[in-house]
Order: sequence, then structure tokens, then C-alpha cells
Amino acid sequence: MSDLLAAEPSTGVADAVAGVRITPVDAVGLEQRAAGLCTRSIKTSSKAAALDLSIRVMDLTTLEGADTPERVQALCARARRPDAADSSVPSVAAVCVYPELVPVAAEALADSPVAVASVAGGFPAGLAPLEFRLGEIGWAVAAGADEVDIVLNRSAFLSGRYQKAYDEIAAAKQACGSAHLKVILETGELGSYDQIRRASMLAMVAGADFIKTSTGKIGVAATPPTALCMAEAIRDMAEQTGKTVGLKLAGGIRTAKQAWHYLVIVGETLGGGWLAPERFRLGASSLLNDVLMQRSKLGDGRYQRREDYSVD
Amino acid sequence: MSSRLSVNKTYKQFVGGAFERSESGRSYPVSGAGGQLLAHAVQGSRKDVRDGVAAARSAQTGWAARTAYNRAQILYRVAEVMESRRDEFCAEVLRAGDGQSEEAAAKEVAGAIDRWVWYAGWADKFATVLGGANPVAGPYFNLSVPEPTGVVGIVAADEPPLIPLVSRLAPVIVSGNTAVVLASERCPLVAITLAETLALSDVPGGVVNIITGRRDELAPPLAGHGAVDALDLSGCGPDLGADAARQAAATITRVVSASAAERQWAEEAAQSPYLIDAFCETKTVWHPKGR
Repeated sequence: MSDLLAAEPSTGVADAVAGVRITPVDAVGLEQRAAGLCTRSIKTSSKAAALDLSIRVMDLTTLEGADTPERVQALCARARRPDAADSSVPSVAAVCVYPELVPVAAEALADSPVAVASVAGGFPAGLAPLEFRLGEIGWAVAAGADEVDIVLNRSAFLSGRYQKAYDEIAAAKQACGSAHLKVILETGELGSYDQIRRASMLAMVAGADFIKTSTGKIGVAATPPTALCMAEAIRDMAEQTGKTVGLKLAGGIRTAKQAWHYLVIVGETLGGGWLAPERFRLGASSLLNDVLMQRSKLGDGRYQRREDYSVD
Repeated sequence: MSSRLSVNKTYKQFVGGAFERSESGRSYPVSGAGGQLLAHAVQGSRKDVRDGVAAARSAQTGWAARTAYNRAQILYRVAEVMESRRDEFCAEVLRAGDGQSEEAAAKEVAGAIDRWVWYAGWADKFATVLGGANPVAGPYFNLSVPEPTGVVGIVAADEPPLIPLVSRLAPVIVSGNTAVVLASERCPLVAITLAETLALSDVPGGVVNIITGRRDELAPPLAGHGAVDALDLSGCGPDLGADAARQAAATITRVVSASAAERQWAEEAAQSPYLIDAFCETKTVWHPKGR
């Protein structure tokens, strides 16, 4: 077995990371299975449950340069109570913001079940000097972040400096302390499903509590095959080491239909135990309105208009 | 001796500028004047209606933002393209209709083309005629301007096959509305041929969306859709019309239907600038007068 973290680069393709096996991916089979899972028809009663679940696992996100404290406060109010007119709608899992806005979110979400998540570590490229990245993580946690989303160092990963990528994640995990660490792989930049699988295993072995698809800052974001690929990696990890790692899908998830496709993929691959906010998240900014519209449609049978819902 | 296999056209729905089959995968047989099978048309579902409304909604702002002059050019272009396919339209109307004469079919097609030209001319004039400066008791300019209401659902009448649809569609889109049309249930094919000319006439995708299928099934979800701002129910019978109007009331949607005079489809009475006004909202602006 040749290891990604071996001191000497091996001639063949590495098939393990720190002793944990990396299974090759059958790309055609993966895409076919993902497409098959996305055609699953969902009955009305299950649909209602799926819509509520997709709200409960949602990381309501705003990652714009133009984010203001007021905008974050408004987002937090929506996170606590997504539909002002309907108290039966559950709260979302977390609000995800830039580090500078963590204190604002933490104050707005105090004594609520909604967690504060912060991107950190030189988001979205992750190429700031390591000490600054670690400092940013520590700062965000001290400011009240319960969860930290960092990015994989793709520069190191893609050039084969796996040890460096691994060490950085391990250091970030330490800097997080008790906060949860989510590692963004930015799958759109990795090039192949084998690379995604490799990056998933590397991040999980290095200490990630969650692995996450994308930053949402590049064109290619979460897709059903990448979600399935990462879910299979998580299943593989659990079987080999007994460690349970969560999955966060982000980027380009805008409709309720996409959301329940992903619920099907995760449920079928990892089992019902993963369909909870502790192990599964959907990162999105505009998904919530569509889910609320679908929820309302299930209630009275009328299609809603977007103008009646908040501006994202 | 060579015998060709017949090459028949698949009449698909027109949604967001593309020709698509129904999400439901259904179709229904359409028969002609003599009872013979003409084709299978798409039997749309309420989800197709929803998709049509979504396409219309996203096209509306851009269409309304075009200059009146540009919308006039585009409507006139529809007339030009229809003119070049006049024989095809005549043959289609003849096949679909209830035993119309060839002469009547030709008259209907010519009337439909002329109706586009007539409304094209109104594009940059109706605001002047329907709006204007209002006299008020105070030092203000008070101006009223008609603005498009948004997305309009149109339930087209059955008979004759072509001109009722054009007569109700042109006044809706000329002011900057977008439309979701339920084509005649009995004669849907010519509506799809019309969609083909729209697609070739610089009408942006989504401005006109044409759904074919069962009126009873499709009119209520169209009428009840929250994103539809006004309805033309000319093609609904009394029962369906009342049901659709109830659905529309729940989402505060304006309902319009063709009057008896307007149902003389080939006559001048069927065209009017007030029909443009029926699908506009009047915006009134107060502006202080300078000294």
C-alpha cells in the first residue's frame, strides 16, 4: 500500500492516507447512481417531512463583501423563525458569516438553538500565510463561532504536497478547540472524482468534523455526483475507522427539489442517522424562500409568488 | 418507384422560448374538421403551467424595460413572419376549423396578421392616449402613466382557431406584460405554429408561453397562481369561468373576459386601445411646480 503521506513520492497512485484505504471511484457508475437517485418520486406526506428537514439542516449563509451588521441581524431573525406568519416552521441549523460579523450573529442568536458558523482560514482561496489563517480561526472561535468552515489548501493538494495540506487541517482543528471544523474541498477545482475521494479521506483523517463541497465562489458547486462521491467516502471512513464525519453541501442549491434530491442521496448512502443537523448540512442563501414557498403550496394548493417572501 | 415515409411535426408546448413536451409526459389526440386525426398535442399539467408562469415572471422586467419603439418593431416583425408563412397558416386553420371555407380561412389569417400590425402601431401611443396630465387644485404637475401589470394568464377561445388568440395576446404583450396562454383545447395546433413564428420574430423567450391541454385541468391552477397578476378568461365557459374567477379572487388577480362585441373576432370591434388599458396599472405622479 502506498500512502499519500509517505516521505518519498511513490511511483504508483497512492491508495491510502495515514493507513486508511482510499477506494478508487467508478465515475460512470457514480454518475448513473446519482442520476437515478435524483429521479426518485416523493409522495406528498414525505415531501412535507423533507421540506421541514431541509430547513432544520440548513446553514443560512451570507458571504458577500457588502454584508452589513444589519443584514446579518435580519438573517439571524429569519434563521430563528424562517416564516414570520407560521410558527410551525422549524429554525435552521446555523447562520454562516464572515469572521468580522461573528460577534453580531452571536449576539443576535444568543439563547437560540441556531449555531453560529464562520468561514475562516483565508476563505475562499485559503492561501493566506498559515499563521494568519490559524489566527483568524482562533479569533472567530473566541468571538463566538460554534462552527468554523475552512478551505482545503488546493495549491498544496493539487501539487502533491499532501503532507502540507494534512498538517494545515490538523493545525486548524487544534485552533478550533471545541468548535466544529468543516473543511471545504472546493470540488469544482479538484478535477476528478478520484481526486474528490482522495481529498475527502485526507480531510477526514486530518481531523475534519464535516467535509463540505464548495465555497460557492466559483462556477461549479455542489452536484449530485460529487455529493454521492463524498457520502461514499464518509461511509468508507466510518467502516474503516468507526469515525463519523458529517457532510455539508453548498453552492448552487436554490430549489426545494434539489434539496430533497440531496436528502435522498445522503439517506440512501449513509442511512437515516445522517439525516440530522449533527451530521448533514445544506449551505444556501436563496434556498430557504423556495422551501417556504413549496411548504405553503403543500398547505393550500396554490403556487406562491416570490414577491411575498423576503429579499435574499 | 419511391414512396416516402410521412414526416409529421410534433406539436410541443412553448415555454421560456423553447419547445418542450409536458413534464407529465402526456399527450392527447386532436382531430380536424372531418373528425380525422391531425396530430397528438401535448397534454400539459399544472406543473407546466407553473413553469410557464416562472418563465413569464423572469422575462417580464426585461420586456417592460424595452423601449415602446422596440416592442412595436417586434410586434410588427411577428406580422411579417406570419405573412411569409401565410399559406401554412391558412392550411392549418382550414384543417382545424369547423368546416370553414378556404376563403374564410384566408380572411381569418389576414385578419390575424393585420391585428399584430394594428397593435404594433399602438406600442408608442397608448401611454399618451390613456395617460396624461391631470388638472389638480394645487401647484403640482399631476401625471398619469399606464404601466404593464405583470404576468397575464390568457385562456384562449376555441373558435375560430387563430384570430381569437391573436386578438387577446397582442394587447397584453404590447404594453410590456408577459403572457401564459392556455391554447384552445380543440384547436391547439395552430397556436403552436403561431409560437414558432413568435420564436423567429425577436420576441424574447418567456414573453409568450403557450401551454396545450385540458382547459378544466389547467385554468384553475393558472388562475390561482400567486404570481399571475391578471387573467383573460375569454375561453372559459360559465362554470369554469366562475371557478377560475374564484381562484383568482383569492390571490387578488384582475379578471377580464371578451365582451359580445369583442367576440366578433374578425371585426374592428375586437380591437381596442382600452384592451391594452385593461392589462395596465395607472401610476400617478405628483410633482411640485417651480416658480
